[in-house]
Amino acid sequence: MNYIVPQSELKIVGTSPVRPDGVDKVTGRATFGADMALAGMIWGKVKRSPHAHARIVSIDTSKAMALAGVKAVVTAADFPEIPNEEAFVGEGPMNFRDLSRNCMARDKALYEGHAVAAVAASTQAIAEQAVDLIEVTYEVLPHVIDVEAAMAPDAPVLHPDMFTAGIEPKPTRPSNIAKRVSFAKGDVDAGFAEAEVIVEGRYTTQPVHQAYIEPHACVAQVATDGQAQIYSSTQGQFMVRAYSAKILGWEIANLRSFPLEIGGGFGGKTVVYLEPLALKLAQKSGRPVKMMMTREDVFRASGPTSGAVIEVKIGAKRDGAIVAAREVLKYQAGAFAGSPIGPGCMCGLAMYDIPNVDVVGYDVVSNRPKVAAYRAPGAPITSFAVESAMDDLARKLAIDPLALREMNGVRDGSKTHYGVTHKDIGFLPVLEAARNHPHWKAPLKPGQGRGVACGFWFNIGGESSGAVHVNEDGSVSVVSGNPDIGGSRASMAMMAAEVLGIPVEQVRPIVGDTASIGFSFLTGGSRVTFATGMAVTQAAERVVEQLKTRAAQIWEIPAEAVEWKDGKAWPAGLNAGAFEPLSLAQIALKAGRTGGPISSEVSLNAQGAGAGFGCHICDVEVDAETGQVKILRYTAVQDVGKAIHRAYVEGQIQGGAAQGIGWALNEEYIYDTKGRMENAGFLDYRVPVASDLPLIEAVIVEVPNPRHPFGVRGVGEVPIVPPMAAVANAIRSATGLRMPDLPMSPPKICAALDAAAGAKAA
Amino acid sequence: MPKVVFSGSETRRFTGGRTELEVTATTFRQLVRELDARFPGLGEQVEEGMAVAIDGVIYQDAYGAPLAEGAEIVLIPKIGGG
Amino acid sequence: MSKHHVTTTINGEAVEFLCETQETLLDVLRNTLNLTGSKEGCASGDCGACSVIADGTLVCSCLMLGVEAEGRSITTVEGIADGEKLHPIQQKFLEHAALQCGFCTPGFIVAAKALLDANPNPTEEEARYWLAGNLCRCTGYDKIIRAVMDAAAELRGEARAA
Ligand code: FES
Ligand code: FES
Repeated sequence: MNYIVPQSELKIVGTSPVRPDGVDKVTGRATFGADMALAGMIWGKVKRSPHAHARIVSIDTSKAMALAGVKAVVTAADFPEIPNEEAFVGEGPMNFRDLSRNCMARDKALYEGHAVAAVAASTQAIAEQAVDLIEVTYEVLPHVIDVEAAMAPDAPVLHPDMFTAGIEPKPTRPSNIAKRVSFAKGDVDAGFAEAEVIVEGRYTTQPVHQAYIEPHACVAQVATDGQAQIYSSTQGQFMVRAYSAKILGWEIANLRSFPLEIGGGFGGKTVVYLEPLALKLAQKSGRPVKMMMTREDVFRASGPTSGAVIEVKIGAKRDGAIVAAREVLKYQAGAFAGSPIGPGCMCGLAMYDIPNVDVVGYDVVSNRPKVAAYRAPGAPITSFAVESAMDDLARKLAIDPLALREMNGVRDGSKTHYGVTHKDIGFLPVLEAARNHPHWKAPLKPGQGRGVACGFWFNIGGESSGAVHVNEDGSVSVVSGNPDIGGSRASMAMMAAEVLGIPVEQVRPIVGDTASIGFSFLTGGSRVTFATGMAVTQAAERVVEQLKTRAAQIWEIPAEAVEWKDGKAWPAGLNAGAFEPLSLAQIALKAGRTGGPISSEVSLNAQGAGAGFGCHICDVEVDAETGQVKILRYTAVQDVGKAIHRAYVEGQIQGGAAQGIGWALNEEYIYDTKGRMENAGFLDYRVPVASDLPLIEAVIVEVPNPRHPFGVRGVGEVPIVPPMAAVANAIRSATGLRMPDLPMSPPKICAALDAAAGAKAA
Repeated sequence: MPKVVFSGSETRRFTGGRTELEVTATTFRQLVRELDARFPGLGEQVEEGMAVAIDGVIYQDAYGAPLAEGAEIVLIPKIGGG
Repeated sequence: MSKHHVTTTINGEAVEFLCETQETLLDVLRNTLNLTGSKEGCASGDCGACSVIADGTLVCSCLMLGVEAEGRSITTVEGIADGEKLHPIQQKFLEHAALQCGFCTPGFIVAAKALLDANPNPTEEEARYWLAGNLCRCTGYDKIIRAVMDAAAELRGEARAA
């Protein structure tokens, strides 16, 4: 493999320097979405549907407009109608008609919390009053929340023009099933006929919210000539620009999008909600407009990930060789099509080499907020089912669960059921690291249980830009187009510093707005360190070439006779001449005389992301009285390719695992009979707190990705995949109970314990 | 000749259930045209909505990707992420 | 309705402001005084992002009215560092990479300060329970707890914890 710096000579990559934006963030100076303010700014507020499904008969805004201090009101009538067509815009197929209607309901409100109008007023209090004065007449329609109920032939239909795609012949009746997808390999019936041991299960998961602590927020400003600025907390300033322009019918060049610091996203800030509304209100009022969601808004109106029903069946030979697997997945999309059913169908069984596989998936709409991406979208759900079934299979075969995975786990050359042959992967090294970890061998006390589960994610590349500018004093600015959501400024600076051979403190990383750097896909899919890192690395390499050329000019020797080492130009060998080395600062000082500023910007579309695998080990204890599950010990092993900033890689793994533990044990949406969410707040939607969790040990495995200059794969997605099954398998081990339904909350555990006791007594 | 694998319904619905096809294309663009000529509509489907794995390496956008003799080309849904 | 005139001390400085009756201290800090270091994550007392210290007591500023600041001494995240010199808790957060997005960080730093003021030698469990009112969705808390424990050791003048 050809790494730009031999792995053994790395000086900066693989260490954990203090992040360059750290001081601002520990002192409260960093500007997040809601911290932005502009002179003359007024406040926007959204009016939301109280109904899960209703026709909007009329909207009367006159009373709101008449209120003193109200500057503008918008409804769907202020936005152009967008045709029903899918476009691929980097984050997945995007139907802009749906996106537009999700930002502002047109004709129908499709979930409780769906925006129906928005106002801008001189104070927050007046804006709130004005929202109440907007009169919306609804015709309430029957609604449907549950995924299987939504699939039933007599279910209330959300979209009369939705006919299930992927079924031949094309259906004649509209349905809530947006599409059916399938993958097949071998002959699954023959495979099961050959199987000697079969396990089967039906699993359910609940929608869970990304629950970033910072609610969505933005500030918009529009001049009379149509030039507009949008400042927002987002995973992609270019996404905000493209989506907002599309929804408003504006030209992209008229909109400049500034990314503010982002208080968590995890996929949930890969779409727009407020931005087009704020821009329209700003245009109509002629004033800068600030909009913020409340926590309730975040829960009711922004994307969770899918809840699902998964049926899985796995068949194996007595010796443990898996011969067949079947999976049926029904994923909720929320009110508009587009659940992560594709990856759902691929990821669960991607980890095992199985000759006969059949997977069918359904993308199903219902009267819930439209799902948004959430870490490794689709993969955790399917893996909860598959990895639970794998645990059952290991028990039935009386094989150690890690051994079963080692026996069937994919390696280079294994062909998946979706056709792709794995290449340069590190699943077996991950399993080996898990097996060798002291946690795996540590004794358990009576009543305690241990579970293990694995996870897979593709990781992605995509379009990225990075610029490296050498400043007059020899300091270096690195500009990228990706919001820093978890320390990417640090990793960009580190990669540039490594290539330039200078201390990382000499490099100042900046996240550019849409006019300051070339197009970049958003931060997500674990792509930034891989793809943007590739752009920054290449830009730094080009700068090194320029520095060598400039040194050659100063020394009046050919450029080939100059070497770049330790941040200095050196004459290459004796023949080049006897010159004192020139530092970057010395060359920078003469840049004007040797040809002008030294800088380089690279835009690329990175391909060949390296897939990631993880294996988590979890110990639990179950309180039979209260049904409470206590996580005693947790170890997360993962192949990251190459850890650029070690501590932030560990942090990603720990954070992903913690989110998965929340998904496993507590998080869910609770609806009343009218389709209204009952727990839209952090008190009742319970994310893990510090006292719920033990130390989560992150174990980094490094099997380099040969298609990245430092071997990076990506980190952030994989760690949320295994936890639900790891916890479930630990509970199974502690109590004998197989918990097929998430969350495994105290009431469910108690009910299951009671049922088991009842069965025993009977 | 490179071989194209159709593993999922999103491609198989165009191929009438056929799971593999040998092609003469040497570039991705040629491949798209060849597939479209053979199975009308598949070319557009691939161009608009699919990622391509060539010998195990996933390309979200494969315009520049070479198709070597004997390459295995797999069409899969495009992948986003969180 | 006329506004209330409030005289208070914020981060050691005498401050006067006008506010509506129903305005929270958090809104006053952020919108009137431009002290945007205190964050709003929920406005219901559940996330701790708005944590401030009022007369030595850790409170959620989203649950306190602006008028209640009258005559009190309030410390916000902006008042933790000594000028340009970071407080050991802040320094340890940086060294331990105890922040990812950094949105929860001001609340944690203020809460940790209140913890160590009250209990300079907490056990890990005590720290976890004290900080249970502060949500972090990014880190899984591990590095936050380590940073707080390490800061506690440093403030006690002990050698750096491993
Ligand atoms: S904003 Fe005050 S506790 Fe969340
Ligand atoms: S660092 Fe993001 S919420 Fe704590």
